[in-house]
Amino acid sequence: MDQSVKIKQTRGEKVFNVFNVVLLTLLAIICLYPMLYVAFASLSDSTRLTQHTGLLLWPQGFSFAAFERVCKIPMIARGYLNPMFVLVVGVCLQLIMTILAAYFLSRRNVMFRKPIMMLITFTMFFSGGMIPFYFTLKDLHLTNSLWGLIIPFMVSTYNLIILRTSFEAIPESLIEAARIDGAGHLRVLFSIVLPLSKAILAVMVLYYGVSIWNGWFWASTILRDREMYPLQVILREILLQNSTSSMTGGAGAGDTESVAATVKYATIMVATLPILCVYPFLQKYFAAGVMVGAVKE
Amino acid sequence: MKQATPEALATATKTAKAPKHLHSFGYRARKDMQRNWELYLLVLPVLIFYFLFCYKPMYGALIAFQNYKPALGFAGSPWVGFDNFIRFFTSPFFGRLVKNTLFLSFELLIFGFPAPIILALLLNELHAGPFKKTIQTVTYLPHFISIIVVAGMLTDFCMSTGLINDIIVFFGGARSPLLQNPALYRTIYILSDIWQQIGWGSIIYLSALSGVDAQLYDAASIDGAGRFQKLLNVTLPSIMPTIVIMFILRIGSLMSIGYEKTILLYNPSTYETADIISSYVYRVGILEQGWSYSTAIGLFNSVVNLILLLIANRLSKKLTETSLW
Repeated sequence: MDQSVKIKQTRGEKVFNVFNVVLLTLLAIICLYPMLYVAFASLSDSTRLTQHTGLLLWPQGFSFAAFERVCKIPMIARGYLNPMFVLVVGVCLQLIMTILAAYFLSRRNVMFRKPIMMLITFTMFFSGGMIPFYFTLKDLHLTNSLWGLIIPFMVSTYNLIILRTSFEAIPESLIEAARIDGAGHLRVLFSIVLPLSKAILAVMVLYYGVSIWNGWFWASTILRDREMYPLQVILREILLQNSTSSMTGGAGAGDTESVAATVKYATIMVATLPILCVYPFLQKYFAAGVMVGAVKE
Repeated sequence: MKQATPEALATATKTAKAPKHLHSFGYRARKDMQRNWELYLLVLPVLIFYFLFCYKPMYGALIAFQNYKPALGFAGSPWVGFDNFIRFFTSPFFGRLVKNTLFLSFELLIFGFPAPIILALLLNELHAGPFKKTIQTVTYLPHFISIIVVAGMLTDFCMSTGLINDIIVFFGGARSPLLQNPALYRTIYILSDIWQQIGWGSIIYLSALSGVDAQLYDAASIDGAGRFQKLLNVTLPSIMPTIVIMFILRIGSLMSIGYEKTILLYNPSTYETADIISSYVYRVGILEQGWSYSTAIGLFNSVVNLILLLIANRLSKKLTETSLW
């Protein structure tokens, strides 16, 4: 198709190409600008920012004061560390569980594979609901504990199906050969399946990692001790509930009001930067992570 | 039917001698366990996980038919039949909640569903290169921003002194707190949703598009098809199965749209258009501890969802021969 376009471009096609590029550029600007605005605002001088109206095309004044301020807020530092534990332990457990299940579901000649697959898929379309789930966590003493943010979320069915599809694409002959040579399933998994699945595993780490880092709902529902709050819950207090109790960093009362605006933006930047730094490097693998077709066998 | 050769007959008599349960379920299951016990051991933790965190809550949802009191426990709480459901159906909020949920879902479906498809088609018309890659990177970005930050930015931009009001004033409008306005709530919700998901949603269609056979385009060119005709006659039919599957999944989640964003964006002044079933379940259940009542509402929601999904899947199987299972 590329060639035919190069050979003969009609007038209409040229017009379309220009229109297409303009449209996509506009869309990209719209997608990017809100974050740019926040970035500029966070680097601005707080008094000049409050006086400014309209689009920000560059920081108003230039100061790192807001970031220095954010670093001194104890709740934010702790909010950063809490999800680190959940992130590291959680993603490891999620990977192990998802890999085990995906490997099982990608094996042929296993009698109960189909019913187990149905059992798992069914949970994608029907659930007991929010309240019974909450009670389940309570019964297992997972409320008010960081483990409550890890254990109940160890497998995402959606990710599991993606990984299974990817494992199924590995030539069966490779696995059969190793089995005949006497390799156990764990050995096959570690020396054949996993090394061939690096791209999809990278995507899994990203998916699971992002969902833990961005998660707030269950954290805010099951955690009572503020000591355990992850960053997103702190962010909610600062951004949406306008609670300044999270921000008591020792500022004078009069100062707090004007600092608040830039500190808000700086907090957003601090919370979002880790992900924004990681995802572009994994972008080339995203296509491997889409759910290919249906969930059928 | 196979011809009965002497050998086959011989084996047939041999198997006939063996006990009848040779092919019985129990025998095959035992053999399978002997051969694959290692695999079953590997999957056991995952099965326990699904049992504990997916199926046990489904059983626990039976408190919808009780007047559940935590002090009495599941076994001790009295059964009340469909009382909680009847209470919901006759509640003054019932109409509003169902209407808001359906309106929001359908508007998301109508405007949100085609957006990534259109983006994928436009991206597909670009040559591979740095421009295309940049557009992709940038449009994927909002997907990775947490819903808290998105809601925080929306709240900030929609304030009467916020960015969007600055723009409205620039074009001669008047300032107003946009998120306090029930008439604007759904528009804000849907536009921000498209903003966040358009790029990410396009990936699956782009990957379907990359699988379209190039020969089909060549053949269409030889037949004198223009770019638009190729789009209609080659591209769209090729990615139709993907579109249909994504559409069925969307129908299956019509009633379960994200309560997270709603909980973050709504406030009492916008409840009349913003409050949806799932956010109501959260308020009544978690915040006001009406355990049985809110579980009943959630269960009603889940069942309607499942029925919608089954209908969509059945219809699609008939009409397009594409289905989830």
